[in-house]
Amino acid sequence: MNYQERFPVEAGDFASAGEVSATIKQKLKKIGVAQALVRRVAIVSYEAELNMIIHSLGGEMVLELSPREIRIICDDVGPGIPDISLAMQEGYSTAPESIRMMGFGAGMGLPNISKNVDDLKIKSDPSGTRMEMVFFIA
Amino acid sequence: MKIKEICELLDAEVLLDPVGDSVDFKCACGADLMSDVLAYVKHDALLLTGLVNAHVVRTAEMMDIPCIVFVRGKRPAQDVLDVAEECGIALLSTEHTMFTACGKLYASGLTGSAGRV
Repeated sequence: MNYQERFPVEAGDFASAGEVSATIKQKLKKIGVAQALVRRVAIVSYEAELNMIIHSLGGEMVLELSPREIRIICDDVGPGIPDISLAMQEGYSTAPESIRMMGFGAGMGLPNISKNVDDLKIKSDPSGTRMEMVFFIA
Repeated sequence: MKIKEICELLDAEVLLDPVGDSVDFKCACGADLMSDVLAYVKHDALLLTGLVNAHVVRTAEMMDIPCIVFVRGKRPAQDVLDVAEECGIALLSTEHTMFTACGKLYASGLTGSAGRV
């Protein structure tokens, strides 16, 4: 790993939602990562950031860069994902109505993350969730 | 299709246009569900929506969507305009409903943008 940056994410902070992902996207564009890959990372980062804001009690996102890969790690404090295989199904959602009114919470987040990453690891228990999302640089 | 032509077709008001003639739109997406936009929309699409919150603009930014059309005469608040300006995204507002606005654009050559990104 050649570069690492950490970003705090607050639970329920919808006013700032997307700012971390926008920063990550700008950074990747600036260092010359291909547009298609930047877009995939941005989608995944934004979905993950929203998930932390909607479902967790807060945590942090970490961006790690090396010549071979881009890695985004999301580490949050509880309540965890009770059933990861259910959460990976398109359309399954535990988001409240208020989130749906904002245009989210349709149960597409984790499936969309899974489709856009090259490698995904999720560990979750009632104390929190850790997601590691890796993108290979061709 | 350039923003000027989109405005003429939809009788749309330009709220913000940092894009000008630089983008020639080939496809569009009509959605109030940003989750679907994140899952299905191709880059350089035009987004039509009835939602006017800042998340619409953030979603457009992530998806490389250069222009948003708000339907049914909706207009976003100043904070949303500020985010769009920061992101370089054009904002239009039309009195037409989602169905009519999409129909007018489709009839004039824009295709749907759905497809796995």
